[in-house]
Amino acid sequence: MNEHLNNIIVAKKELPSSLVKLGWVLTMLGLVLVGISYITDAQRAVQNNLIGFTFLASVSVGAVFFIALEYIAGAVWSTPFRRVTEFLAATLPLLIILAIPLFMNMHNLFEWTHTDVVTSDKVLHGKASYLNVNSFTIRFAVMMAIWMLFYLVFRKHSFVQDLNHDQKHTSINIKFAAVFIPVYAISISLFAFDWLMSLTPHWFSTIFGVYYFIGSIVCTLSVITYLVVSLAEKGYFFKGITEDHYYSFGALLFALLSFWAYIAFSQFMLIWYANLPEENFWFIARWKNGWEYISSALALFHFWIPYFMLVSRPSKMNKGNLKRTALLLIAAHFLDLYWMVMPTFHASPVFSFHELAFPMLTLGLIIVVFAIQSKKYNMVPIGDPKLERGIDFRL
Amino acid sequence: MANSLYSIVATFESPDTIIKAAKAVRDAGYKKFDVHTPFPVHGMDKAMSLPETKLGFVTLAAAILGAVGMISFASWVAAVDYPLVIGGKPYWSWPAFVPVTYEIAVLASVVLTVVIMIVFFFKFPNISHPLHDTPYMKKVSSDKFGVSIQAQDELFNEKKVRELLQSLGGNVDAVYYSDEFINFKPQLFEPKFLLLLAGIAMASSAGGYLLWNKILFLPPYDWMMEQQKVKPQMVSNFYSDKFAMRQPVEGTVARGYIPYPYKDKPDDAGKYLVNPLLPTKQVLELGKKKFLTFCSPCHGNFGQGDSRLRGQFPNPPSLHSDKVRGWPDGNIYHVITNGQNVMPSYQYQVSREERWAIILYIRTLQRALNAKESDLQ
Repeated sequence: MNEHLNNIIVAKKELPSSLVKLGWVLTMLGLVLVGISYITDAQRAVQNNLIGFTFLASVSVGAVFFIALEYIAGAVWSTPFRRVTEFLAATLPLLIILAIPLFMNMHNLFEWTHTDVVTSDKVLHGKASYLNVNSFTIRFAVMMAIWMLFYLVFRKHSFVQDLNHDQKHTSINIKFAAVFIPVYAISISLFAFDWLMSLTPHWFSTIFGVYYFIGSIVCTLSVITYLVVSLAEKGYFFKGITEDHYYSFGALLFALLSFWAYIAFSQFMLIWYANLPEENFWFIARWKNGWEYISSALALFHFWIPYFMLVSRPSKMNKGNLKRTALLLIAAHFLDLYWMVMPTFHASPVFSFHELAFPMLTLGLIIVVFAIQSKKYNMVPIGDPKLERGIDFRL
Repeated sequence: MANSLYSIVATFESPDTIIKAAKAVRDAGYKKFDVHTPFPVHGMDKAMSLPETKLGFVTLAAAILGAVGMISFASWVAAVDYPLVIGGKPYWSWPAFVPVTYEIAVLASVVLTVVIMIVFFFKFPNISHPLHDTPYMKKVSSDKFGVSIQAQDELFNEKKVRELLQSLGGNVDAVYYSDEFINFKPQLFEPKFLLLLAGIAMASSAGGYLLWNKILFLPPYDWMMEQQKVKPQMVSNFYSDKFAMRQPVEGTVARGYIPYPYKDKPDDAGKYLVNPLLPTKQVLELGKKKFLTFCSPCHGNFGQGDSRLRGQFPNPPSLHSDKVRGWPDGNIYHVITNGQNVMPSYQYQVSREERWAIILYIRTLQRALNAKESDLQ
């Protein structure tokens, strides 16, 4: 190829052992805690299982979305780091494992699975043709199949390209990405409706799918940003990563978290303004008995603090600042899911080791999968025709 | 005219060479130099060692100013100056203020950034610049990339600068300017300019007048006057009875409307109607206000039939005659409600309670002009 590519670390370099160890420790500890949690309080463990499940879905499906986004937008700056996204998307199959206990305990989570309640409730009866266990399961299976299919196609073409440097793989992936974006838009909305909104089956918010989508995308980009920046600091990817690359991560993160605030506020304000009893109880439940502090903290940690952490131009290029903001937003996404799930089951906020078990497990799993993937495959898509332009990217 | 040296300029062929040239000029220690390219060249800020722009702080300050200003204004209007209950919400309902606050913050930051950038950063009004209208500027605004080192630079030495630029491979030239041309000040109060302003003002006023008052009433612009509605005295074919308005259903009464049953029966009114109000201070004040508004123009301020309309109409009668003093309240009520002789009905202007209040006030006036001995004690 050319002189630039000599600087790229083509060798399959292992992740720093401390990170891998952290991943295994978190996974093991998380597994133990999950076990204890299920034994001591199965009801609460299922609720936290749902939070962990949706968090992993945010990262894995969001990563597939970012792969598609790069192809469809013809983005150049992110090409050298695309493997990070592809490795993260490899957590997709784990969703099925995390979903198994949820399917086993559906009656503890979803009111609409109780046939006696549904038959006596007019609203639930009307929704029963959509909200029933069979169609719920089928929808989840179809969504998983679609996501897996697209993930495997993207991944196959991207990895084969490393060997033959053929541009046709990029064009095939672009075509698949064009199909995936609308499919993703519909499937992620239905996923949010099924798993999160149907916890309170009488409630409805048409913007809810977008709300979960943007929260998950912010979280995925935060994970990608954190991994890219901390690995780049240790000399991974290629030499000569410029501030322009970091700036692109910071600017995209900034834009997406502002969009999250826009959607979150839109959902709140329309319901608050109309003040209809069939809609407003969801927010009323989140504004009493201590939940108001969680709601305020969500606005603070998911928008105001990261917004001002990223608002200035130099701060978008500052590596330490990027890592801190990314970690904050990952934690904020956990808080967001907690805020969506828990007020349905608890009159006031609860926090103990139950709430820590699944975040530890999911973060540990993500790190472990990432480590295994990076051990097996190139960290940089060396065959991608956009790679050189991506390395030379300047604002 | 062009006599003083402004700068030595050099043109290059490609973005790469201009970046190299900019770096070389910067490394040679020149401070007052600038680069002109037909399109933005990436990496030029670094090549020229330009400091970070301070414009971002202007934008931030403007956005904060707009946001704080708008949320204060909205709070003051909605909660202090003109409190209205909207949708059963508290006066100070901050979520309703967020969209407008956000919009004003964006608007203020955009407008103020542009204005401050032009006025302070670009030193507006900078009518003319020595580089304007030179062959150099023509080249660098089409297909060449130029660098210009100003003669004001501390290190400036014409020979050295020419050598430097030539060694970089540039096409070197010099730009001269005349003090007179550069220091030209626009004269705002020139008669021609003032005449132009006056002309524009007159033309736009005349155009506006013609548009709003004449043209909009001429065809084909008068289409707003043709509306599908039924005007008075017109026949409507929509309903079978040819009326535009519906009659109330027989035997029903509109909400808040109590029919008056004693039309053309003043004696019955006097017999059966009883004043429901007591002559309290509040009622008498209401009666006085309504009497002075609706009755006094004809009957006079004290009800003596001596208003300024005297002589133009048949004389309005005094309210102090024995007849009126002898009437029961219901008779007066009947006259106000139905009218009498020339006096029209006041049932639509004066509400039922106000009529009774007026009657109590008239009784007070009657008593005041015919007071009994006992009243004086």
